[in-house]
Amino acid sequence: MAIQVSLPTILRPLAKDLRRVDTEGETLAQAIDFLEASFPGLKDRLVEDGALRRYVNIYINDEDVRFLGGLDSELSDGDRIDVLPAVAGGQ
Amino acid sequence: MLRISQELVDAIVRHARQDHPDEACGVIAGPSGSDSPQRFIPMLNAARSPNFYEFDSMDLLKLYRDMDDRDEEPVVIYHSHTHTEAYPSRTDIAYASEPNAHYVLVSTRETGAEDGPFEFRSFTIVDGVVTEEDVEILA
Repeated sequence: MAIQVSLPTILRPLAKDLRRVDTEGETLAQAIDFLEASFPGLKDRLVEDGALRRYVNIYINDEDVRFLGGLDSELSDGDRIDVLPAVAGGQ
Repeated sequence: MLRISQELVDAIVRHARQDHPDEACGVIAGPSGSDSPQRFIPMLNAARSPNFYEFDSMDLLKLYRDMDDRDEEPVVIYHSHTHTEAYPSRTDIAYASEPNAHYVLVSTRETGAEDGPFEFRSFTIVDGVVTEEDVEILA
């Protein structure tokens, strides 16, 4: 069984307008690299200088990966990944 | 153009006044593709700051799940500025990631938590480009 990734509106154009895509990997970093092979440009929107971008939230099975180990977070078959841009700003 | 009911405008301004001097933030969801703001969802400003707002990451996930379940999208994303004009800041623009949304800004700098004049403006923010739009208030 694969790992399902749910993409936000703003990233769908990079993934053939798909809302959900499948990936593989034992860590989040590997899962993102797997996606990048099919959808070039996606990784750059998620990762910057080897770390998750500040503006993006990624969840594995409803847990924020910032509390799971970031890009080193472990994955298993059947896991569900959600990607959501942060809603934030300031004056 | 943003078309929005008086009731929803009042709800946004009320929230901005309540949270003054911190920034208030929230979403008005509407049916996908309708461009019609209907469901008022005030959010907690996890930053609790007069200079910054951010939806809590777990609240954000729940919000998007709920909208998905109802086939809704964020038609309006609003927040307040408490001591500057109601215009997107550089930070607002850097974070803006819903190209189809109306970004509403309210400024409470004039009267704070009290009744009185306020600014209420709406913008689209696409690829870092801010465009102000007219606001039509429906009865």
